[in-house]
Amino acid sequence: MIAGPASRRAAAFAVLGLLLVAVGIFATLHGVQRIPLETGIRVLLGPLLPDALQPDVPASYPAILLTLRLPRTLLAIIAGAGLALAGVAMQGITRNPLVSPYTIGISPAASFGASLAILASGDGGAGSYAPVVMAAFAAALACAFLVLGLSAMRGVTGTVLVLSGVGLSYLFGALSSTMQFVATEQQLAVIVHWAFGSVNGATWPAVGVTGLILAVAFPVLCAHSWALNAFAAGGDEVASALGFAVARTRIVVTVAAVLVTAAIVSYAGVIGFVGLVAPHIGRLVVGGDHRILLPFSALVGALLLLLADMAGRMLFAPVVVPAGIVVAYLGVPIFLHLLLGRRRQGA
Amino acid sequence: MSLSCTSLAFLRGKRTVLSGIDFALEPGELVGLIGANGAGKSSLIRCLDGLWRANAGEVRVDGEALPSLTRAQVARRIAYVPQASGETMALSVVEMVTLGRAPHRAHDTAAVRTAKVEASLARFDLKGMENRAFDQLSGGERQRVLLARAFVQEARYLLLDEPTSALDLRHQLEALQTVRGLVDELQVGALIAIHDLATAARFADRLVLLEGGRVRVAGPWQDVLTPEHLRAAFGIEATVGVIDGLPYILPVHAAAQGRS
Repeated sequence: MIAGPASRRAAAFAVLGLLLVAVGIFATLHGVQRIPLETGIRVLLGPLLPDALQPDVPASYPAILLTLRLPRTLLAIIAGAGLALAGVAMQGITRNPLVSPYTIGISPAASFGASLAILASGDGGAGSYAPVVMAAFAAALACAFLVLGLSAMRGVTGTVLVLSGVGLSYLFGALSSTMQFVATEQQLAVIVHWAFGSVNGATWPAVGVTGLILAVAFPVLCAHSWALNAFAAGGDEVASALGFAVARTRIVVTVAAVLVTAAIVSYAGVIGFVGLVAPHIGRLVVGGDHRILLPFSALVGALLLLLADMAGRMLFAPVVVPAGIVVAYLGVPIFLHLLLGRRRQGA
Repeated sequence: MSLSCTSLAFLRGKRTVLSGIDFALEPGELVGLIGANGAGKSSLIRCLDGLWRANAGEVRVDGEALPSLTRAQVARRIAYVPQASGETMALSVVEMVTLGRAPHRAHDTAAVRTAKVEASLARFDLKGMENRAFDQLSGGERQRVLLARAFVQEARYLLLDEPTSALDLRHQLEALQTVRGLVDELQVGALIAIHDLATAARFADRLVLLEGGRVRVAGPWQDVLTPEHLRAAFGIEATVGVIDGLPYILPVHAAAQGRS
């Protein structure tokens, strides 16, 4: 490697950042109805422009851009970034590379909450978006705090956190299956579709809520990047010896990761893979220093999910394949390529 | 000034791991902590650093009770050097050493931090390998990284938990020489848990022999490394000889009646 790690990292950030912006713009403009860039900009800036420059475009364009495409692009970015961040945080705090944001049971819990709301609505969930989101969010948080409570009773170590999470995952998985068992055909279809995980039907409230929670959690996690490095260096004992309040750090970081994940799951369903693998891709490219790894993994996650959503809605148009499915097809080859490349270098 | 404990006891569940320990580590001395597996060496080190809370007795660092200090305040006074085994999550050498500045990070400017880390890398002969992954270093290199991290921590007391157990003879010697150098040059106090009795005697100012969670004997090696103490603490019959003023220990066989 000729360039030093600092300049290599800066280059990686720049490339990924530019790519994210470019793909974001492309994804927003393209779809069943392709909208030229200039028109898109005019529509976005519409209210700010003088009358002479008001876009002379089909009436459907503003609706397509502002209520369908833009929230969808933003939700993909927020969800990808958020899941990646939560993944880095959970892996760091448990010192376990197999942990994902869902390990402590958030996804089966959210599925259970959503199923419950879909069942309660009776009609297969049509038009009951808000209750489903709220039920999923509430169940996910309930599960997460149950896990934290159990861990607190037993001493908040990474292993206890993971094990109680695994236990509750099975409990909520069973509850969720029970819901599916008693559901009607129609309700079952809605439940299964919800569980696929996608940014279909992204709305501004979804973008607002997830974005707000991410905007709060991101600086909180970054403020703990030294502590996460200490955990990475040698676990609880080394972190404590280096001056960190281990239990408090673990709770704050876990709560931040849980809130982000629960919000995303509630709006976008169970999107796997990103939260597990984006942190590893980040480590392979920029190394394990959380001051850099956190923001970089967020970029990786955002780009992965955005690309996955775009591919899912364009490749087989007009069929839209949920991003939660596509992201693994897209991400696994990238991940394996990086992993094997790194092994060969022996670095 | 000292890092000390009085009447220290530590229980794990109902099992007594340490009891009635009185000990003080002064700046400028190197103390060897010896004893059989399970005698309580690592537990004592962890209690002295406050990583484990003692069940009775108290630990004081420079006069202040340990529980009254924040973890960061403790870490500015006491540096802990774990065994050189164990994986990190993809941290490089420079990232590992930089962590030693964690307890000082509220006051460090970036320039100060970089300068101190650079100085430590140079001192421990780690220049040129700053960006290598810690997990891919040899045992001796890892040990140097951990010592470099403790060095930038600028603590008055060093607690080393069997730092040499994963090292070959040459690297054991190098590590001990390095610690001895730090003690003499910077007047830090170092407590080192160590299995090799002859090496301990060669480098330490005095030895503390633990047996079943209590101090059996403490003092210069001549008082500690006697066949009687070795039989009681390690359950071995051993011949202790002296060459060039330093002891060598020849274990003959396991004692017939086990430990006393």
